[in-house]
Amino acid sequence: MQNRNTLRAGPDERGHFGIYGGRYVAETLMPLILSVERAYAAAKADPGFVAELSYYLSNYVGRPSPLYFAQRLTEAFGGAKIYLKREDLNHTGAHKINNCMGQILLAKRMGKRRIIAETGAGQHGVATATVCALFGLKCIIFMGATDIERQAPNVYRMKLLGAEVRPVTSGAGTLKDAMNDAMRDWVAHVDDTYYMIGTVAGPHPFPAMVRDFQSVIGEETRTQIMAAEGRLPDSLVACIGGGSNAMGLFHPFLDDSDVQIFGVEAAGYGLDTAKHAASLKGGAPGVLHGNRTYLLQTDDGQINEAHSISAGLDYPGIGPEHAWLNDIGRVKYVSATDHQALEAFQLTTSLEGIIPALESSHAIAYAKTVARDLGPDHLMVVSLSGRGDKDVATVAKALADGALPPGDLS
Amino acid sequence: MSRIAGRFAALKAEGRAGLVTFLTAGDPDRATGQALLDGLPAAGADLIEIGMPFSDPMADGPAIQASSLRALNGGANLVSTLEMVRKFRTKDQLTPIILMGYYNPVHAHGVAPFCVEAAAAGVDGLIIVDLPPEEAEELAGPARDQGIDFIFLTAPTTDDARLPVVLASASGFVYYVSIAGVTGTASASLDTIGGAMARLRRHTSLPIAVGFGLKTAEQVTAVGKLADAAVVGSAIVQKLADGLMPDGKPKPGLVGEVLAFVGELSAGLRLVKA
Repeated sequence: MQNRNTLRAGPDERGHFGIYGGRYVAETLMPLILSVERAYAAAKADPGFVAELSYYLSNYVGRPSPLYFAQRLTEAFGGAKIYLKREDLNHTGAHKINNCMGQILLAKRMGKRRIIAETGAGQHGVATATVCALFGLKCIIFMGATDIERQAPNVYRMKLLGAEVRPVTSGAGTLKDAMNDAMRDWVAHVDDTYYMIGTVAGPHPFPAMVRDFQSVIGEETRTQIMAAEGRLPDSLVACIGGGSNAMGLFHPFLDDSDVQIFGVEAAGYGLDTAKHAASLKGGAPGVLHGNRTYLLQTDDGQINEAHSISAGLDYPGIGPEHAWLNDIGRVKYVSATDHQALEAFQLTTSLEGIIPALESSHAIAYAKTVARDLGPDHLMVVSLSGRGDKDVATVAKALADGALPPGDLS
Repeated sequence: MSRIAGRFAALKAEGRAGLVTFLTAGDPDRATGQALLDGLPAAGADLIEIGMPFSDPMADGPAIQASSLRALNGGANLVSTLEMVRKFRTKDQLTPIILMGYYNPVHAHGVAPFCVEAAAAGVDGLIIVDLPPEEAEELAGPARDQGIDFIFLTAPTTDDARLPVVLASASGFVYYVSIAGVTGTASASLDTIGGAMARLRRHTSLPIAVGFGLKTAEQVTAVGKLADAAVVGSAIVQKLADGLMPDGKPKPGLVGEVLAFVGELSAGLRLVKA
């Protein structure tokens, strides 16, 4: 880091956060990635670009999103005062659109006419298809065949929005395989194509750029909590797959050492099983998809499939800045199981009238486990990164299978 | 002189270009993979690339993806790959072996022990697809210390401004990826390849091997007139796949068929003076 007095200065000029990040891509892509880096550096320094993004965030996405005091959840948890940052209220129903809006304006500046993206749950795919429809650009979404099956409503939404959804059958047909095929497509269409990566991962400058576009979450939260409580929160909680909603909430608070920060990975069936998606707590550093970071992998360096009930957290890696924040101890990374997420999903729905995404339910589940011990003077902001309408069928099936009896709400 | 430099010097003396063949280590199983590797020099391979199998081969097309998966399902890993090379070296001291693949398996094994073990096994060069010059030094340095050449890829997208960056620490030879795309898909025109060779030779005196999209003996012969070596990967791997039974086991005669195909690929190069 160039400036030792801040944790917010990274990455260095080669895209490294400590030993993580970087640009581990084939030579064919390197010139392209360097051109994205130059274009982004120019765009963020251009007041015209900043103003255009701000216009669309206000008038199209619907920002700022509310910071909502969840009184009944607070009472049920019996301790810390719980605020929910309502990214579920954004257009398209999740935080993903913040990043897509920034990147589509960049792609337009670069003169790209064809947009590709990977998607797991379909939220990033829908957000990408949405901005492509808005600006009249060709859109191709790579999605694992397994995910296409379990996220059918989002697949149809993307098609309605004019996107072509390409099923990916390599590997287990999930998010990592979709990312492989998106990169294969990019390398074959270098002239006209922009790859809109959906999370804070991939080769530099994507982790930093996506973080910057998502930091609107944390910046608004600072202003909103000051207005509501007259002080900064005591803690922040967000779920982590690749980690973009978490990075967006956390980054503006990294230098506020009194603010405790918790990132919640998906523990699936449990960290003591092979079926989880906790790259930090159950993985080891390695190199995949253009960056060095923690990965779920075998001793031989083969990548393992992740598991989570939430398709959006079902990824065997994590953004490199999270890997660094983990190693230096600034953010505490914890986990919640499928079971805990299902319980939090039902609690939030029944007590607040808000159906949270299964992804976000992991963050709420962790808040539940610690709220009582933290006491009523503690202000906690939980990122409600998306709405859960897309997950209703998954939840119904899980409850029918006996994962958590509906009556079992302690 | 390294085996790679020695082989290119010998090819130059013969006045012809070389054939570089690719196989994934342990595809479809260890015994068949070893028999193929051991037979390659006599069949006509001048240099041999051995793919280190990886679960997520992002720069590869369907043929090599499937090959990597078959090898992994057959139990191949980095240790068994080096063991193949060690066995090969008991029979052949002259044909250069280049390991090709992705960084993560090497990273997981440990860079320093990997370089020592690879050199001891008789490996001459490394091509790591996802290590561009900006990130390569952490492996290229330790590899060079063990006498292993780190071979860089150049692509149609690598422009004149960037070529010196890529070539600055190149050794052994330069690998020209002739298409923007993954392995085994489209083929570049000879005019395009010829133009690229002229451009590359302005920047380097190292031998140049051309790969990606070469599938036939005719293409190999034609590229041999322009470059110092022609690389064939997916077509050989596909030939192997075609010789498997539905249960994945090799049909009788598979090794002979694949090696005969390598013989066809090399025949044209041996007739034509570069």
